[in-house]
Amino acid sequence: MATVTTEAAGTPVTDVEHEQSFLRKYVFSTDHKVIGVQFLITSLLFLLFGGLLALLIRWQIAAPGEPIPLIGGLFPEAMAPSGIMLPEFYNSLVTMHGTFMVFFAIMPLLVGVFANFLIPLQIGARDMAFPRLNMASFWLAFAAGLIMLAGFLVEGGAAGAGWTSYAPLSANPEYTGVSLGQQLWCVSLVVLGLSSIAGSVNYITTVINNRAEGMTWFRLPLSVWSLFITAILALLALPILSGAVIMLLFDQTLGTQFFLQSGGGQPLLWQHLFWFFGHPEVYILILPAMGIASEVIANGSRKPIFGYKSMVFAMVAISFLGFIVWGHHMFQSGMNPTLGTSFMISTLVIAVPSAIKTFNWMGTMWRGNIQLRTSNLFGIGFVMLFVIGGLSGIYMASTPVDVYIHDTYYIVAHIHYVLFGGSLFAIFAGIYYWFPKMFGRMMSETVGKIHFALTFVFFNLAFLPMHEVGLGGMMRRIYDASNYQYLQDMQGLNEFISWSALGLFLVGLIFAGNFIYGMLWGEEAEANPWNANTLEWQTPSPAKHGNWVTLPTVYHGAYEYSHPEVSDKDWLAQNERPEVVTPYEGEPEGAGSTDVAPAGAG
Amino acid sequence: MDWTLPPNLAAGRMAIDETYYIILVLTAIAFVLVEAGILWFMFRYRNREADYVHGNNTAEIIWTAIPAIAMVWLGIHSGGIWSEIKGDSAPDDAFELGVTARQFEWMITYPGADSELGTADDFTLRNDVRIPVDRAVSVKLHTEDVIHSFFLPFMRVKQDAVPGMTTRTWFEAAETGDFQLACAELCGLGHYRMSASVAVLPADSFSTWYQTRAKEAAAEADSSFWTETPPNTPETVSGLPDDYGTAESGGEGSGEHQ
Amino acid sequence: MRTTDLRGWIPTAVAAVTAAAFVACGGGGDQAGQEGGEGQQAAQQQGPVVPPDSQAFVRGAVQFEGTAPEAESIDMSQEQFCAARYEAPEPRTQHVVVNDGMLQNVFVYVSSGLERSFPTPQEAETLDQQACRYRPHVMGVQAGQPLAIMNSDSVLHNINATPSANRGFNVSQPQAGMTTTRKFAVEEVMIPVACDVHGWMNAYIGVLPHPFYDVSGQDGSVAMDGLPPGEYVIEAWHERYGVMSDTVTLAAGDTASVSFTYSADMAGAEVPLGDPIYPHDHGEESHAAPADAEVGNR
Repeated sequence: MATVTTEAAGTPVTDVEHEQSFLRKYVFSTDHKVIGVQFLITSLLFLLFGGLLALLIRWQIAAPGEPIPLIGGLFPEAMAPSGIMLPEFYNSLVTMHGTFMVFFAIMPLLVGVFANFLIPLQIGARDMAFPRLNMASFWLAFAAGLIMLAGFLVEGGAAGAGWTSYAPLSANPEYTGVSLGQQLWCVSLVVLGLSSIAGSVNYITTVINNRAEGMTWFRLPLSVWSLFITAILALLALPILSGAVIMLLFDQTLGTQFFLQSGGGQPLLWQHLFWFFGHPEVYILILPAMGIASEVIANGSRKPIFGYKSMVFAMVAISFLGFIVWGHHMFQSGMNPTLGTSFMISTLVIAVPSAIKTFNWMGTMWRGNIQLRTSNLFGIGFVMLFVIGGLSGIYMASTPVDVYIHDTYYIVAHIHYVLFGGSLFAIFAGIYYWFPKMFGRMMSETVGKIHFALTFVFFNLAFLPMHEVGLGGMMRRIYDASNYQYLQDMQGLNEFISWSALGLFLVGLIFAGNFIYGMLWGEEAEANPWNANTLEWQTPSPAKHGNWVTLPTVYHGAYEYSHPEVSDKDWLAQNERPEVVTPYEGEPEGAGSTDVAPAGAG
Repeated sequence: MDWTLPPNLAAGRMAIDETYYIILVLTAIAFVLVEAGILWFMFRYRNREADYVHGNNTAEIIWTAIPAIAMVWLGIHSGGIWSEIKGDSAPDDAFELGVTARQFEWMITYPGADSELGTADDFTLRNDVRIPVDRAVSVKLHTEDVIHSFFLPFMRVKQDAVPGMTTRTWFEAAETGDFQLACAELCGLGHYRMSASVAVLPADSFSTWYQTRAKEAAAEADSSFWTETPPNTPETVSGLPDDYGTAESGGEGSGEHQ
Repeated sequence: MRTTDLRGWIPTAVAAVTAAAFVACGGGGDQAGQEGGEGQQAAQQQGPVVPPDSQAFVRGAVQFEGTAPEAESIDMSQEQFCAARYEAPEPRTQHVVVNDGMLQNVFVYVSSGLERSFPTPQEAETLDQQACRYRPHVMGVQAGQPLAIMNSDSVLHNINATPSANRGFNVSQPQAGMTTTRKFAVEEVMIPVACDVHGWMNAYIGVLPHPFYDVSGQDGSVAMDGLPPGEYVIEAWHERYGVMSDTVTLAAGDTASVSFTYSADMAGAEVPLGDPIYPHDHGEESHAAPADAEVGNR
């Protein structure tokens, strides 16, 4: 890397500031930062939409069969005649809530936003390796989202077989009454798969080829590590989903019988394929969150990350193990019970790297100088809630206990602690942390702290009792629990959960307000408002097209906070001259620096 | 918050509850340690000079080893219980039920006087399970259409019914009473009310009812609702050669191999 | 530079919000109405109804020979709401209903001979779900005519219609008083309709491009009034015994009589329903008598 010169590394400096048309600059942009923000805005809208779907679901659970208040009259007869939700519409809501949150909110918020925005900036590159592919990746994802939304407009309604779309329920329209909606679901996910594959190729290439001089593998920020590993996971897992979904589409439209037993197909094949994708997907949804949390917690504790390498190796271990645990979704599915035992062991083992990461975050906070900024609060909140989601996962991993809690609200509680308490808290942390770099303005810290406190409270009020509902034996995806004698005691708790969910949704609007206000009228941001070490903070806020005037050279790891040899400040930018301090000895000189091919950055 | 499980009325399934409580204790310890630690750090390490520490190998080895040991132990412990529950361990004298799930009904086939399923004296009730107390009940599951899941919360039983396969489960009710069977796997718009009544009867009143009912059924001598081959297996599809596909449990392990 | 960078986002954001709102608020479309266009168009093109002085009439009877199979009792014991609506004798299946040698629930219709088209009535035919039964069990509608399906029970019913030429639907009605109105665009004899919540509930709907059809009543009689003069093939359809046909020639003012005689020997005859439009069919129900579609106590 030492031979790379500025000229060889990409766009000549003079081209960086050239004028672009509005369309080129904001709509069909190839600038990774603009694409990141495009992902951010569309995904936040999808998040809002998914939240609205959740509220409708919670209404039905709290008041089964009662007309939906306020907006009930807006629904067509096929969804909610006189505002009374029909079971098939409820199934569509459950399906689309899961689908939108997983595929169009959390996943693009983590990967689309942060991988795009952070990778080139944090590794010191001018842009992604393939900027046009990057643009295509966004617009494909956007199109996929619209196709998915269109499901609500077609005859028969949106897909209603659950976000997991278990065959044969999903494979034959006679079983649900949904034909077009389910086909749109399939098409949308195929398009999204293309987007994700294009994005992953780009992220992987960029991290391997476009790192700045001196940016060795073990000087990479953990956010880049997590996004790099995630991209590999996505590249390996998404094609499985695409293949399975195309097979499902063929079953629905062309008369194939991959998943229909009547023609010799195998319904369990769908589950194997879906979860072979689906479990790595869970880690796609959590690894970047872990990376973001590592960034904000180290910065917010003013202390080097505890056990940097074990953090990296834990992520590598998680991603490897993530491919051999899918069967734990299928313990009760009729899969061979002996397989169940081996999947249980691999699943329990995957708890270990997660535990390592948790303890290392605690180790990072230990004897630090903790700054309770909004970003750090969300980062710490992420750890506190992810721990709950992780621990509750052990119950399902244990096959005998899973017999009872499988397909109950316990699972619903678990997944929300992981994806909301975990991923979404980290996303909030990331947005508060990198907002100044994205928009050149600050979000309000005061409003942000209120947002954090209320989100934390309402989140727990909404999802902690769900464990109890699940332990009481309430099944998932139940339109009306009042048919079950033993669930009637749960009704009060269900209503409480619904009110809390409404509170949680309204708190989200505080965030929306803070976000929009900050974007338009927020205080102007300095280049490095959080006194952070990583490269993105060593360029103006917002970073210009091309990112750098001269490409940075890296001399230090990403977490050299509170270095004793640095006087008058508690941080040390990665590109600060090396004579300032002796390099941290735990970082082997030259590791990764020789195996990187010099490559252009533009 | 109530973290206890509802009453377990199945004989021999207490191990599920015990495992649950063991995990509850383990996770509670981890939970308290982590959350209290984080809260303490947030309170303690404010407005000070941060230490410059990159890690500690001993500490990391300890907190890798402890969860690893706990998880492996839990795996071994759970594995033993799992094979007792799911293995082919139903007692030989178990009362056999044939359950055919379909959108959105449970068709319960009783073996009739000859105690054998698939014979002419079987009788089938809709959404109506009646079983004797203190006797193992072995359930064979079929489905006519989509995946359903046979869920008896108070007996700690859950098993999916998969098209083209015969899946099995068994349990033994330890107390009499009226319960509900639920479908735990989303199976369509009527999923939420796909339930059946479950009456666990004292041995004598069960056998009175059963014998009367079996006698009636024998008089009718109709063909059985229950078939050994799952419904809609490829053989019943016209236009396919006889040897197309194999009906034998759809090729998955837990199905029944004859 | 900074501010322009920022404000540039507003149009993008606004466009995205608008697009999302547009898509989200569009709602589920007008499902009931979308098949109506064809029928209305036909109504505009056709001439006046048959003038009264040139009308002809058909009277018919459907008989049954031999011993009718005994109707099976329906086990409603686990559906308290419906079971309570029957006093002894318990509810029985309606597949083969014979009274004094006359066969009920036979769909009789003019299958060919009509050269012209007829207006599509805009008043709805009603299919009621009452006490866990479809009422009527067999019925006809005209193509494009609204069919109001209503639930009179306080339990969930779903209406799973599986036509071959028309578009199928599967909708539910969880509460009493709910009504959904549907239309079938093209003629089809017959469309099976079933409730999956109550396996015994089924019905058949015949869809024709003209109003000349009837379903045999308790006395086995059918009547078709107001036909234009001509030579017609009259077909009878029964869900277990299949199809029979007869020919009549009518002059203005004529009343012709037709007679169909089903016999117990015809059990297992092929009952045409056509193939479902969906690529998969399940079992044999669409090709042969749906003998196993219903399970009582055995």
